[in-house]
Amino acid sequence: MLFKQVLTALSIALALGAAQAQTAPDALIKQVSTEVIDTVKSDKAIQAGDVGKIISLVDAKVMPHVNFQRMTASAVGRHWRSATPEQQKRLQDEFKILIVRTYAGALTQVKDQTVQLKPLRAGADDSEVVVRTEVKGKGEPIQLDYRLEKNGSGWKIYDVNVLGVWLVEQYKSSFAQEIGSAGVDGLIAKLAERNKAAAKS
Amino acid sequence: MSLPSSLRRRLRGAAACALLLAAVGMAQAQNAKDPIEGWNRVVFGFNEGLDKAVLKPVAAGYQAVVPDLVLSGVSNFFGNFGDGWSAINQLLQGKPVAAAQMTMRVATNTLFGIAGLFDVASDLGIERQQEDFGQTLGRWGLPAGPYIVWPLLGPSSLRETAAMPLDLQWRPAALSQDEPTRYALSTLQLIDVRAGLLKAGRIVDEIALDKYVFIRDGYLARRRSLVYDGEPPELPDDSPDAPPVGPK
Repeated sequence: MLFKQVLTALSIALALGAAQAQTAPDALIKQVSTEVIDTVKSDKAIQAGDVGKIISLVDAKVMPHVNFQRMTASAVGRHWRSATPEQQKRLQDEFKILIVRTYAGALTQVKDQTVQLKPLRAGADDSEVVVRTEVKGKGEPIQLDYRLEKNGSGWKIYDVNVLGVWLVEQYKSSFAQEIGSAGVDGLIAKLAERNKAAAKS
Repeated sequence: MSLPSSLRRRLRGAAACALLLAAVGMAQAQNAKDPIEGWNRVVFGFNEGLDKAVLKPVAAGYQAVVPDLVLSGVSNFFGNFGDGWSAINQLLQGKPVAAAQMTMRVATNTLFGIAGLFDVASDLGIERQQEDFGQTLGRWGLPAGPYIVWPLLGPSSLRETAAMPLDLQWRPAALSQDEPTRYALSTLQLIDVRAGLLKAGRIVDEIALDKYVFIRDGYLARRRSLVYDGEPPELPDDSPDAPPVGPK
């Protein structure tokens, strides 16, 4: 039993050491969340609520591991294909700001939390997996799950679940509603307006 | 056997509401999970107005003035009470191990946490797993049904509404015989809940395109997830197009 644990720990350490491309999806999530939480804990400016600094942290540590195109496309749904490349790019940019800000808002609450992984239930050759984690601190543990896809040699996140709610699913109907009433450009304008208003407050 | 008059009045009011809801629902059915959206939005607007004018300022004031130790004591007290209800519901859902753990939690906090004012059980690693009768009905196979926004009580579904009389009965206030005490306890519990949501409310205001839709979809997804203890089965994909393949 102990031997097996040591072996697992060793193999994770080796995987991390060798190359990020070889990282298993759960090890990747563990590594990224630990890095982010450690940075937040040791950075006074972030704790004081410096949103700009949090956003650059998320941009640097988390976003490289996210397939944001897929995330946006799923949230936009069937209208994604008829959108022009220019529209797709703007949708992606504005949605990204919205999501990163959400994440940043949650990060300002980090104090003495740790992230614990639940056992991964996936086959060795699965190309899409769900990694389940719990953020533990004071009070009830917070459910935080990730959907990852095999992307070339590594893994990329394409959806996040907070407290039982998948982010992409969460935005689907409001996106459809905006597109229904004012088209793709209407949705872009709405997202931009939201981001501007939040940047001011 | 006759019902107390206040209850009868309430029931009659509820029946009238239901009729009205049905009428409005037939007028504009567009979203399958929210057939009475038009009416729901009216109630949502009313609740938002009330929240902005009264509940939110009161909760913010409460949080600013009352010392942290008292704040957490109040939350822990109501939480401990709710944990008892969770234990019963876990039993009803056929989860004896979880029920035993929650019972341990309540016993520990009641005895060693001074009637639940301190959450010593969490420090000992006995975590809260919140359950209510709405989740129990879901576990028994009852679908959520249409989304309903109630005045004052907020987001609900037909299933949660059916569970509401029992869920609302399990409060410290409902046990007291003394009318003023009942009101005081109910008010305190309401303020405690609202204060706990202040930060989340700020975030929702910033990230929602349409707050009504955001709260509705979030509520329904969260409730569904809770019924399955965080791991609901995948919904059948209703969109005809699969997600596009990412950059190679």
